[in-house]
Amino acid sequence: MEILVCIKRVPMVGAALILTDDGTELDTRRLGFQLSPHEENAVEAAVQLVEKHGGSVTLLAMGTAESEEQLREQLAIGADRAIIALTDGSEPDPQATAAGLLEAIRADGAPFDLVLLGSESADVAGYQTGIRLAHALGLPVVTNVKGLSITDGVARCERAVGSEREVYEVPLPAVITVRDGLNIPRYPSVPGRIKARKKPVTTHEVTIGAPRIVKHRLVVPPATAKGTTVLEPNAEGAAALVEAFREIGVLS
Amino acid sequence: MILVLLDVDRDALDPVSLQVLTLSRGLDPDVQAVVAGDASVAAEAAAHGAGVVHVAEHPGLTDYAPRATAKAVVQLIASLSPAAVLAGGTPRGNEVMAHVAAFLDAPLATDCTSITMGAPFEVTRARWGGNLLEESSVTASMLLATIQPHAVAAEPSAAAGTVQAFTADLDDADLAVRIVERTGAAATGVTLAEARVVVSGGRGMGGSEPFAMLDDLAALLGGTVGCSRVVTSEGWRPHSEQVGQTGTKVAPDLYVACGISGATQHLAGCKNSKMIVAINTDGQAPIMQIADYAVVGDVHAFLPLLLAQARAASAG
Repeated sequence: MEILVCIKRVPMVGAALILTDDGTELDTRRLGFQLSPHEENAVEAAVQLVEKHGGSVTLLAMGTAESEEQLREQLAIGADRAIIALTDGSEPDPQATAAGLLEAIRADGAPFDLVLLGSESADVAGYQTGIRLAHALGLPVVTNVKGLSITDGVARCERAVGSEREVYEVPLPAVITVRDGLNIPRYPSVPGRIKARKKPVTTHEVTIGAPRIVKHRLVVPPATAKGTTVLEPNAEGAAALVEAFREIGVLS
Repeated sequence: MILVLLDVDRDALDPVSLQVLTLSRGLDPDVQAVVAGDASVAAEAAAHGAGVVHVAEHPGLTDYAPRATAKAVVQLIASLSPAAVLAGGTPRGNEVMAHVAAFLDAPLATDCTSITMGAPFEVTRARWGGNLLEESSVTASMLLATIQPHAVAAEPSAAAGTVQAFTADLDDADLAVRIVERTGAAATGVTLAEARVVVSGGRGMGGSEPFAMLDDLAALLGGTVGCSRVVTSEGWRPHSEQVGQTGTKVAPDLYVACGISGATQHLAGCKNSKMIVAINTDGQAPIMQIADYAVVGDVHAFLPLLLAQARAASAG
């Protein structure tokens, strides 16, 4: 089974979101970067499927050359090779993202049985790249998947809705977008990291068309000014909380 | 005219659809709705301002089928030429609208908190799980957008709600992806998303065993247990309990955060709680900044005190 996983490098925002002076970008000068969370699950799922069914895992990241950092991390957990869809670093809108991924897939030329993505990115969260890519590739797409198994070329996909699971079945080749909770991603091992250094990473330059969603600025929503009451970690503090619980009617 | 896609599951209308109808009335007096296969919600949509409810009919539209629904919406768009097509920023709303946008090769702005009609359209939309807002303009002849849940409160406004059926022209590819089965019983206990009280634990809990205290406290308060992402990554608790941007978003009357520092990923899932109590050794932790009550101390020492007093109060 040949699997392609599309991943995105995003800033590792800790507690506070700091913007650049012009207010159009996150100030990432003091931030590390990571894989967008759902995509860790996508890579883990791909590696597990190849362990079970054979084949190989190819990673595809669209962005600057720095994306190699996240690609090498994921090569270390068991993916076989990686592609960078190289851009000038400007932020593409969702249509341009899907178009850029498609351009890189076509330039690479290898066929895939399964294309995995995260259901939405941590930063922009457009909820549409996988669906647009599926339409462009002429493939069926199931999104938001939290349970995945493949039998005789048919993917059984589960979506969590409250305590229920909706089941979708789709024959491969297909595009599937997944969510956190699908699995527990493994950490890269030391031998894995050493192997990852030698795995091939190829680059295809892609052009980003003019965005049709033009970002003017970013705004940190004003915090609701709350008067925080600080309590001591003792019996008096506990009594104050019990009183507060009673006031809002959650404790009789 | 604004066309609103209704999110319906087995005769039940998702409440966010009513919020979208409410928001749409502020953009254009002519609001119409579209639903796939199921006219049962027409009255509810009419009560929130839908002048016409278009019902897509096809023998294949027996249960949720995202691409088929989108194809039907695209066909309706061709005959109605709405100024905008809006849906709730729910899993289904986002999914169907992304298919609509892909069919039309048109831009789609998801999770919008406000919309201004015009050329171009101006939108404000949520990024980073709502921790950041983006102000953008959308260049298109028709706006496609989804609305962030709870961006507006639903308000009734009676309209005719005339049901107009139309036949959707669908092929096998449109109907290839649809629900074939549902598993897992409907919840008998309190579900995380709807619980009035959520008692959550994070890295500071140190392992799975101390969560027994949270189970006890949640039971006393008639709530349920949640956790942060690190807790599920460590395997201390199941992912179904994860609160946050990639887990469940909650807005209970009371959120008790135990040993949780409050990374943006977590705050995105709990900051809309009415009352937040945070117990953490670090008084400067981000969760403390948004807490109504901040207890600076070790959860392992403080929770037994809190439990004892809560038990006494409950018994008394």
